[in-house]
Formats: sequence, structure tokens, C-alpha cells
Amino acid sequence: MESKSNLRSPVSQQAHVIEKPKDITTIGGTVTIEINEKKVSVPFGTTILEACKMNGISVPTLCHHEDLCVAGVCRICVVEVEGMRTLQASCAFPITNPIKIKTSSPMVRKARRHIIDLLLSEHYGECYSCFRNGKCELQNLAKEYGVDTYTFGHVTEPRYEVDNSSYSVIRDMSKCVLCKRCVRTCIDLQEVGVLEAVNRGHETMISTFLDKPLLDVICINCGQCINRCPTAALRANDPSDEIWAAIDDPNKHVVIQTAPSPRAAICEEFGMEAGHSLTKELNTALRRIGFDKVFDTNTTADLTIFEEGTELLLRLYKALVKKEEVALPQFTSCSPGWVKFLEHYYPEYIDNLSSAKSPQQMFGALIKTFYAQKVGIDPANIVSVAVMPCSAKKYECNRPEMNSSGYKDVDYGLTTRELARMIKEAGINLPEMPKSDFDSPFGEASGAGLIFGATGGVMEAAIRSVYEFITGNKTEDAFENANVTPVRGFEGIRYVEIPLGDKFGPVPDILKHLIPNWDWLKGVTLKVAIAHGTANAKKIMDDIKAGGKFSECHFIEFMACPGGCLGGGGQPIPTTPEIRKKRAQAIYAEDESLEMRKSHDNPNVIRLYEEFLTDGPCGHTSHKLLHTHYTKRGRYIV
Amino acid sequence: MLVFEKNNMTDEIEQLVNKYGKSRSSLLPILQDIQRKHKFIPDFAQQEVARLLDIHPVEVYSVITFYSFLNTKPKGRNIIRLCQTITCDLAGKENIAKAIERELGIKFGETTKDNKITLEYVNCLGMCDQGPALLVNERVYSKVTPEKAIQILNEIK
Repeated sequence: MESKSNLRSPVSQQAHVIEKPKDITTIGGTVTIEINEKKVSVPFGTTILEACKMNGISVPTLCHHEDLCVAGVCRICVVEVEGMRTLQASCAFPITNPIKIKTSSPMVRKARRHIIDLLLSEHYGECYSCFRNGKCELQNLAKEYGVDTYTFGHVTEPRYEVDNSSYSVIRDMSKCVLCKRCVRTCIDLQEVGVLEAVNRGHETMISTFLDKPLLDVICINCGQCINRCPTAALRANDPSDEIWAAIDDPNKHVVIQTAPSPRAAICEEFGMEAGHSLTKELNTALRRIGFDKVFDTNTTADLTIFEEGTELLLRLYKALVKKEEVALPQFTSCSPGWVKFLEHYYPEYIDNLSSAKSPQQMFGALIKTFYAQKVGIDPANIVSVAVMPCSAKKYECNRPEMNSSGYKDVDYGLTTRELARMIKEAGINLPEMPKSDFDSPFGEASGAGLIFGATGGVMEAAIRSVYEFITGNKTEDAFENANVTPVRGFEGIRYVEIPLGDKFGPVPDILKHLIPNWDWLKGVTLKVAIAHGTANAKKIMDDIKAGGKFSECHFIEFMACPGGCLGGGGQPIPTTPEIRKKRAQAIYAEDESLEMRKSHDNPNVIRLYEEFLTDGPCGHTSHKLLHTHYTKRGRYIV
Repeated sequence: MLVFEKNNMTDEIEQLVNKYGKSRSSLLPILQDIQRKHKFIPDFAQQEVARLLDIHPVEVYSVITFYSFLNTKPKGRNIIRLCQTITCDLAGKENIAKAIERELGIKFGETTKDNKITLEYVNCLGMCDQGPALLVNERVYSKVTPEKAIQILNEIK
């Protein structure tokens, strides 16, 4: 994903890009240019925008985004190039010869002011009541570039109706400035293809197929478009008012679970540098807001490893020993965006999806059954909230099949951004909070559950456990410090082979009734793959369809968002490759600081199997509560 | 759409894709052929074209909405387009419009009840020196007078 070479945009929309030399010391490797009368030397093919950034000169941008291909449509980044008749968009101008550039001449300043003014003349700016107030890129530009009057008028009435049909993403096209970042995200980055510009001239707007509401088109709810929208034209469906109402209702027992990624990113909403985990501060803040119990989603992430790992071993056992027809490779089902992507585009493969629910939904089912029994509260009075880095989780908890407890398993999905707003609204400065732990009975969780937040995390957690189950050795013997580094990283698609050797330990007690011994695994090499971003997922799926190397894999982890959950559609804005890297570092650092690093060491999960899910992983009770089924949706809307 | 209609449509589009090639640049000729035959591009056809060219349905829809000679809703069997650009306007477009509207009993943008004729305004047809210009299906009429316009209508009827 990190490389932009695979973008499939039409030639007419592709910007003029020149490949940079690999070794800039070769003759002609660099070009000496003059920026604002200062001589600098840059690699051949660098854009003017990059050259300015390298030399500490700021050039405003709007349609430009580091994850996306160059568009050059907003013209805000124009600069003066000597010898050229018109101003040039610096983001789409690769430097090939020694040119002289002025980034702040009177002509440039006037043009920028006009451009912003023209954008404002079409933008329905209700800044006070807007959720992006203070974080809006257009607002910032207007402030920085001294637009003091609306020369070309200002919109006071919304032009379009707000589309709030979707559980996840709300579209308010009156605020759209047609930068097409969402279009490039949806078509190039994710290859889902929901949004495109329709109509022509002044009637142009970003819309869906046949202008249908978002609920009725093939949207996977990943929310990546929200993360890239410079204004508030796209936003998540915010349930915080309902949650406040539940908190204020004395009859309701409000329970919250927090996923690993929001904790590693919420600091950004409070003005801190990316890459600090505020797990324990967050617990205190949530209690002060008024949540009755604060639980850790990592507990059910550990549970997911048990269920999904057992399911994988059972599938392999059936395929290798009983010679039954089973769907392999097994796909992870933690990412609701990916699940919906598969249901739409590859419905013939839904049997390959692990039937285990995502950690969020497992938790929801357990809270309204196990926990409700334990504390003696009527599940009807429990309101279960999940803090997720994800907008698709809002859709997931509204799926009709997600009510195995007899009630709606998870009532509300809340994103990191919305939670940060709630915390601010309660007058709490999160970084200053004292530290506190999670509540029992789902308090402690392992580091394996924690790394679910990064791409490759589910795979690493699974390997840590499955390796020990099978070989009886410690994971540390094979991987230093139990860090399964081959599956880490940000490469779009990763393929790893793990030889299991031929020395096997005894089958753990918890699995004994399902599998008698491990002898059948002799000489087997475990083949796994990881993909993040649905564009990469699509590549793997097409490979499997064609019978390529990925069809021989045993287990494949798919995450809908680039970078995994930490780059999710509910995370603080902006999200760039650099920020994703820092969030991943924070997650892995927290994992390494924990004593308990493996899912099967989690005492809470083991107790759960002893007390509640007594027929073991993939048993009857767990099938009822912790597993689900999927729908073949197909790609046609009519 | 009925299943057999869908199957026919798929066959038809498959033939068009074979004829023009499976690349993005064949999108417009394919759409034009569908438009010519069916007088509009049905929702299902858009999705089939997208599937066969390996692009997204919304991209096909985007192209259709960009061009005013491609449409997603059925129109009359014959489409009469009157140029509304400034030279034709000065040359007396308004009189032609009134004459045609009176003759057919419908306004511009509407279709006759028997689905025979749709009236539309169109931007410059490139006949600025010979305005007012009228485009009936794929044939251009220049220096149209109200009388001539009615004569043209009768020829269609």
C-alpha cells in the first residue's frame, strides 16, 4: 500500500510523474533549482511541493494527500515558475531542469486568496456547529491566507440534503469542495468504488452509483474517506448523544469496552505527538465521564485467538486426516469492512471466513449473558458501548444477526474521535488523568490481544498460541522475545512460511476432546499471509481465484484499512504513513512492556472456559454466542 | 428487469466488449452503442459494463452523467434537440421552441405521451453561422424556421 505505483486511475487523471533515480550521485541525478532566490539541489523528478518541503518552505495544499496519487485539482499550491506563462500547481510539477521558483510573489498570493475565496463561495460554512470546527483544512487555509471578505459570495443555505442513511458514514455534500480525495481513496486506495464525481460543470458533485443513499450501495463502511476529507462533507454517524442519555439514566448500567488502537491514537486529539499510549489514563477518564464499568476488548481478542485458532486446527485436521472438503485458507473475520467487502465481491468464498465473531461482538454477547448473570443485572438494562478505531464497527453492531444474547449485543460503536469529543465535553484533559486499571471480570489481557490493532497482529497473536499448542515449546525458542517479526511491517501483502518441525508436544487439555494428537502435522509447513487495505486484499483474492501461491495458504489475515485498525476510519484526523508507523510503535512497545504476552496465558479467558463456555472452544455454547454467519450479498444493486 | 432480459443484455455487452476491447478507453463506444440501441443505458447494463471492463459501476455512472447524449432514464423513440447557445438564440431559437411546443403539446425536457418524441435543449452544435440549428436523432437541420420545424416534426410522425 505504501507504494503508489499500483494505482489504477485512468491515464487522463494521472498526473505527470517522473521516476526518481535510485542513486542520486549519478550524473544528472540531481537538479539545482532556485526557490525564492535560494539555490538548492534536489533529486531529478522531485515535485516542487516536495522540494519546498525538504527545504522548510511551506506551501499550502488541499487536494494533496500522502496516501493518494497526485490530482492537482484544487490549485491552492500554485507557485510562480520563471519563464512560464501561468502559475503552476507545485504538487503536480516534477523538476527536470534548473528552474527558478517563487512561492510567495504578489501574483501567487493573490491567486491563492482568489482560489480560497472561490472555494468558500461554494462551501456551506456553518463553522460553529460543524464537527470539524478548528480542525477543518479549508478553515485553516482561509485563516492563514488572509481571506477577510467573501468576494464571490457565501452559501448560507445547504445546497443538498444530508445523506444519513448509513450506520457509519454521513455525507453532507453542501460542505464538499470537490478535492476528490474521497474518490481517490475509495477507487484507488481501497478499490471499493463507491464515490465518484457525477454531472458536469457547476452541477458536479461527489455521489454514488445512481445517486443512491450510502446504505443501498456497495459501501464497506471502512471510513477511510472520512479520514481524508479536508472538510466535514464526510463524517461518522455519531451516537454520543444517545450514550450521554444512557449515562444520565440511573436505571441503565453502561458498560464500555476499549479496543487497542484508540488508546494508542487518542493522544493526538489532545495535542500530543502521535505514538503515546494512554490506556490507563483513559480508564480513569471513562469512569469520570460516568461509565459504570470499563473493560478491555483485548480479553475477547484473546478469546478470538482460542476460537479462531481452534477453528483453523479443526479445519486442517479435517482436511489432512479425515480428507473432508473444507474451505481453506481460513480468512480472519475481525475487520467488518473486510467481511462486507468479501460478501459483496467474493461471495463464493464466505465459507473461508472464520465463523468466529470479531472481538467487539464476542464481548457484546458475553456482557449481556455471562457478565449480566454474574453481577445479577437484567441484560435489558445494560447498555454496551464499544470504543473502536473503526466506522465499520458501527455497522457491524447493527447487523441483524448480532443479537445472540437475546438483545442487541453491542448497542453503540463509538470512534476514537467521538470519544475524544465526549471526554473534552466532560471537561477532562486526558493526558493529566491519574492511571487506573480495567474492571474485573475482564480486566487483564495479554499483549497478543493488544497487537490486534496493527496489521499482522492477529497473525502474530495466533502464531504465538498455535505454535505453543502444537510444539509444546515456548514461542520464545523460535522467535526472539516472542516477537514474530516476519509478520510485522507495512508492506501491503506479506507471505510467511513457518516450518512446524517434527517434534510435537501433547495436545492441551482444552483441545483434547477435538484432536487426539499432532502426529498428522509432521513435516507440514504452516503458510500464512497478511494483507491490509482492501486493494491488497483484492490482489490476494484474485490470486486465490486463479489458483496462485496464496491458494495454498492455511491462514490469511485481512484488514480493510491501510495499516490495520490503527489506521482505521474512526481514528484522529489526519492519518498519514508516518503517523501510522508511530501508532504501531506505541502498540508494540506496550505489548513488550506486558508480562503476559500470549492469549492462552490469559487467566480470564481460561476461567471463562471453566465457568461459562464449559464445552470448550468451538463447542455448543461458544457456537451460539461467539460465532456468526455471513450473507452472500453480491455486487449488483438493482 | 427480468432474468432473460438481463441475460440478453449481458450477451449484448459481452459482444460489445469483444468488439471494442477490454480497456477503459472502450467505455465510451460501448455506452454509445447501448444508447443507440435502447435509447438509454439501464442500471443493470451499467453494472455489467463495469464488471466486464473491471472498473467500478460508479465510474460508468460518472461518465454517463457527464455527457448529455448518454442517459440513464428511458426517453422517447426520437429525440429532438434545439441549440440554446447564444448565436442560435439571437437567430430566433425562441420562435422555433414555441412552434414545436405548440405542435406537440409538451414542454422542453418532456416526452410525448405516446413515447414518440422527447424535446431537449442542447448546447452548441457547431452550426453558429447557420442558426437556429436543430438536431433530430443524429441528423442536423440548420437555418430552421418555425414552418420548417413543423414540417420536420411531421416527417417523424
